[in-house]
Amino acid sequence: MGFGRYVLQRLLLVIPTLFGVTLIAFTLTYLLPGNPALVKAGALATPEHVAEIERRMGLDRPVPVQYWRYVTGLLRGDLGESSSTGRPVLEDFRQRIPATLELTLASLIVAVAIGIPFGVLSAVHRDTVLDHLSRLLGVGGVAMPSFWTGLLLLYVFFYLLGVAPAPLGRIAADVTPPTRILGLYVVDALLTANGTALVSSLHHLMLPALTLGFAVMAPLTRMVRATMLEILESDYVTAAWAAGLPRRRVIYGDALRNALIPVITLLGVIFGFLMAGNVVVEMVFAWPGLGHYAVTSLMTKDPGPIQSFVLFVAVMYVLVNLGVDLLYGLADPRIRLR
Amino acid sequence: MRWRRLTRNRLSFGALCVILAVTLTSLLAPWVAPYDPDNPDAEATLASVSMRHPLGTDVYGRDQLSRVIHAGRIDLLVALCATAIALTLGSALGAGAGYRGGWVDQLVMRSVDAIMAFPAFILAMAITAALGNSIANVVAAIAITHVPIYTRLIRGEMLRVRETEYAEAARTVGNRPHQIVLYHLLPNCVPPLVVQATLAMGFAILTVAALSFIGLGIHPPQSEWGQMTAEGAGYVVSGEWWLVLFPGFAIMLTVLAFNLVGDTLRDLLDPRMRGVR
Repeated sequence: MGFGRYVLQRLLLVIPTLFGVTLIAFTLTYLLPGNPALVKAGALATPEHVAEIERRMGLDRPVPVQYWRYVTGLLRGDLGESSSTGRPVLEDFRQRIPATLELTLASLIVAVAIGIPFGVLSAVHRDTVLDHLSRLLGVGGVAMPSFWTGLLLLYVFFYLLGVAPAPLGRIAADVTPPTRILGLYVVDALLTANGTALVSSLHHLMLPALTLGFAVMAPLTRMVRATMLEILESDYVTAAWAAGLPRRRVIYGDALRNALIPVITLLGVIFGFLMAGNVVVEMVFAWPGLGHYAVTSLMTKDPGPIQSFVLFVAVMYVLVNLGVDLLYGLADPRIRLR
Repeated sequence: MRWRRLTRNRLSFGALCVILAVTLTSLLAPWVAPYDPDNPDAEATLASVSMRHPLGTDVYGRDQLSRVIHAGRIDLLVALCATAIALTLGSALGAGAGYRGGWVDQLVMRSVDAIMAFPAFILAMAITAALGNSIANVVAAIAITHVPIYTRLIRGEMLRVRETEYAEAARTVGNRPHQIVLYHLLPNCVPPLVVQATLAMGFAILTVAALSFIGLGIHPPQSEWGQMTAEGAGYVVSGEWWLVLFPGFAIMLTVLAFNLVGDTLRDLLDPRMRGVR
């Protein structure tokens, strides 16, 4: 099977999945007890008033019709309205996506920069202190709730050492955010050569990124270590040793390159981890991203944003997994033949 | 090599002891806990670690040790119920799909795919938000997100065992399909199920704690590890570390114990999956 046909087949599989995702999201939003009309009408509304709102929102129509209107609405970018901010959810989302994206990317960098070398070194120096440490982090890292890691880091670096800022958002209150280009403060500050904003935003990003990065690091290190061990014992590496190739080149050239291919499959899992972790970490550091928005609107009895957030994350998750499969098919031709 | 296997067993033995200890203290909480978890001590509000209150007290002067012990009841109960429900439901669906095949298989597997299209925690969050905050709803949310694990596992096993000779033999002597599945095939799928369920317990505890931390699920004054950490979160910046350290540590210790036991069980019961994770 050619790569083109593989891509087509994989793309077609996305359709039923997205159908299922919207069906679940629709069920959660409209069919469950928390009637959106009741929420919108408020606690003191009369039954007539609720019925009126129900009619206006189309909630008295047959379920398939409601679902159809829901999906066509989504395609037009209609994610509903937030009763706490009084604005379309999509607009609130646009404002907050950069914060979440910045945190996610920074955590990913932390996880990759520490996790992959750690996994490689741990495999190369098997059964040394370093290896034991990395395996301890591997099992311990997945057992630590990220809100706890974040709070402990805060205690040490903010309260005890005083080197981290208070957990109050992305930038110090007395620093003006950099001119918006991408919305990522660090990148924007760099592009506009705004030194004060750059320092302040990096300072605020430090602990949240470390917290979230740590949560994602464990599975990454574990996988790199396992594949690296497998590859170091394979025939072609033995052949490379026998041919007298330099150690550095065998380990970091041939072996590492092949060990990184399976890591691609982990990207989907990591994305899921990051999204779940985002919600919690954003709450700990009052990071004004999507997770923070969804949870705080829930506290004010506004379920709209949280359901849109879930749908948004699920669609992103489906796309990331699609990308992972395609990349993997490109990197490893055997996959396409299945 | 032998020495390493020994430490490994010693490690999992330790983990097993932790699970046992946490379970026992939770079961016997009213007798083991030094104080009533909801009873404030006006003379010792926000008191640090001391002989009188080994894990300190919170802002109302409630004893942290007693609260951590009582909290374990909720965390373990929710995780256990969710795992039991997911295991039963997931296995039934997986067995049906794998044994019947055809449209049943298609329907079940496509539904499972849709559930798996959501990151588990995010879906659990949405379900609890939609159903409303209560212990039962948290159980339901976690159970639903865990069903796919067992469905896929059992379906795969069913596809394998339904073609075996003993399954053929059971059919030939005139057993009904549900008898074959229930009495002849499912018992052979138990080992991987046990492994998955143990690992899922750890994940379930993390989920309950995280849900309560963000204010979904278990509500005060009922103590729960994640919710206790959330209550203590505001005090970390003013130096009251014990409010966060101990409940979080309880979560980590319990989850770690379940993961270690699960890993060891996998090596013992299911050699095919050795080294997968």
